[in-house]
Amino acid sequence: MAQLTYLEAIADALRTEMHKDERVFLLGEDISTYGGAFKLTKNFHEEFGRSRVLDCPISESAIVGAAIGAALNGMRPVAEMQFMDFVTCGFNQIVNVAATTAYRWGIGVPMVVRGPSGGGVGANPFHSRNSEAWFAHASGVKVVCPAFPADAKGLMTASIRDNNPVVFYEHKGLYRKIKEEVPEGEYIIPLGKARIVREGIHATIVSYGSAVHFALSAADELLKEGVSIEVIDIRTLVPFDQETVLASARKTSRVLIAHEASLTAGFGGEIAARIAEHAFEHLDAPIMRVAAYDSPTPFAPTLEKAVLPNSTKVMEATRKLLLY
Amino acid sequence: MNSNKPLDLSAKVPPIKPSKLLSNSRRIEMFTYMLQAREFDLAMQRLNRQGRAFGGVYSQTGNEASSVGSAYALGDKDVLFPMHRNIGGHFVFKQDLNTLMLAFLAREGSLMRGTDGTGHYADVKKRIYGNVSHLGAMIPVAAGFVLASKMRGESVVSMTYIGDGGAQTGEFHEGVNFASVQKLPLILIIENNQYAYSSPNSVEFACVKLSDRALGYGCFGVTIDGTDVELVYETCFKAAERARKGEGPSLIESITMRMRGHAEHDDFSYVSREELEYWKKRDPIDRYQKYLLTKKVLSLDEITSIRTKLIDDIRSAIDYAVDLPFPSGEEGFKNVFID
Ligand SMILES: Cc1ncc(C[n+]2csc(CCOP(=O)(O)OP(=O)(O)O)c2C)c(N)n1
Ligand SMILES: [Mg+2]
Repeated sequence: MAQLTYLEAIADALRTEMHKDERVFLLGEDISTYGGAFKLTKNFHEEFGRSRVLDCPISESAIVGAAIGAALNGMRPVAEMQFMDFVTCGFNQIVNVAATTAYRWGIGVPMVVRGPSGGGVGANPFHSRNSEAWFAHASGVKVVCPAFPADAKGLMTASIRDNNPVVFYEHKGLYRKIKEEVPEGEYIIPLGKARIVREGIHATIVSYGSAVHFALSAADELLKEGVSIEVIDIRTLVPFDQETVLASARKTSRVLIAHEASLTAGFGGEIAARIAEHAFEHLDAPIMRVAAYDSPTPFAPTLEKAVLPNSTKVMEATRKLLLY
Repeated sequence: MNSNKPLDLSAKVPPIKPSKLLSNSRRIEMFTYMLQAREFDLAMQRLNRQGRAFGGVYSQTGNEASSVGSAYALGDKDVLFPMHRNIGGHFVFKQDLNTLMLAFLAREGSLMRGTDGTGHYADVKKRIYGNVSHLGAMIPVAAGFVLASKMRGESVVSMTYIGDGGAQTGEFHEGVNFASVQKLPLILIIENNQYAYSSPNSVEFACVKLSDRALGYGCFGVTIDGTDVELVYETCFKAAERARKGEGPSLIESITMRMRGHAEHDDFSYVSREELEYWKKRDPIDRYQKYLLTKKVLSLDEITSIRTKLIDDIRSAIDYAVDLPFPSGEEGFKNVFID
């Protein structure tokens, strides 16, 4: 096992799959010579050639559309959005072509659309968005949001091997921030399996992506006070591992949902509804949520800090939940 | 040809430009597909009036030469991404009538299990890939399909279509540019049938010819008379040859007329009688029939018997399909994802 960053773990998954399977290829903007905006595919073109690390014009519809066409013709393309914000420009291809193909034609579209998402890095409203819930609502695309390097590798492997379109949200703030032991070689984590990152008894925090780390540090703090928090990383929004979440809700009777995406119509609302419907009688407190304020993600650090969730906000909300 | 200028109503109908690439037996085959497309269209109009076909029924009348001549120019490894007025292409690619009728009527056992209608289906074994309603969306997909072929060193040409309206989408631009940059073997036929729903060309674009855009993309472009099936065939055959040689995509503007409303609900009162008269004289089937008769490729009797057989076959496809039930509601829950 090697110590890899989140970014290196994703690159490792891509590289391993590209060695193993000739059908896998990458397409995106500035991904070959330049190695991608975040250097995730640095030197890939030397290893695999430029036709499998295909530099494309700034045309997200064409990039996603071409990936769909190639997937229909036996390939397993991985399309990079330079920033996940720009997936809006390829939205039509994902929700209308890729998402409907299995349903209408009975044919898979084994394609991954991946890229850096998320805020907290002083970008701006157009380089910070967490738009995963849009695709969870599309019916027909899988949605993956890893929080840890090893998970990112295992889930990327599963995404590439999946016969359905997958939108893979990487958190750019995590790219170089966290490092952990990542299994070498082929490593796969099935889509649709939540992970209990920490076991606890007094309350559950359900989260994904960057918010898992907010939850963990809140749990660390509270542990000093003798409060034991269970932290669940759902890892994939679609498919959603309802059972693991419900089991934890039934166990702790108090649930907080945390995500970096904005509150209204965020995926937390869906999780809350499932818990309310299936575990209502087990709850000792209303389901609470911590999410970004319903605004674009602002530029100045002070503003960004104000609107985005963080460990402190998650901890405060958890205290409120415990005191209810 | 000029796509964005008032019609010269007194202009003479030009003669068919015979293609040296066609034998008489292939001429008859093309003509038969055109007749089949026309008769299928008339049948769908009838079914729609009888309330037995639901959803949009988009007339093919006026588009037979464009659809058949283009698809007929492809080889047996090439793929077709037809649009809503390309039934002719489905026939050229050997789609059988029963399958097509079932799909159009969304009856039990149809290709898309009732999940979608009209000609949207894919029939992979027949190398027919369908479309989605969103105009322009299939252009990048058709390009990506042959990007994959090219990566594997296979010689496959991909042909798709767009209208004078759909050609104004962003995906048209992105798709054609991408295909040009990658020099992909893509043939895009812009079927300029004068209207996009109720909007004439003057609402849709300001350039003289839509094929002029080819210069901006660095690909081949030409505007042709889309009611002359031999000209359409020859133009597309050469485009496919260039594509196979690695010379990249072709943008072929095929000038035709949509002879009915956008779909059957539309009375097309916004189209003038004079304009329809002008185009009636250029009916692709009448033009070709006249040519085939003059050249003695076919006799009137032979044409009548071909037509009678086509009508009979369509009638039995309708008989086969209309009495079948709709799929069970259970189908609606299947295949959102596949294994
Ligand atoms: C992106 C998009 N916008 C609007 C529509 C609704 N619509 C369906 S067909 C049509 C007109 C299409 O005109 P054209 O592209 O010229 O094709 P034609 O029907 O004339 O063959 C419109 C507006 C659509 N299907 N897709
Ligand atoms: Mg039109």
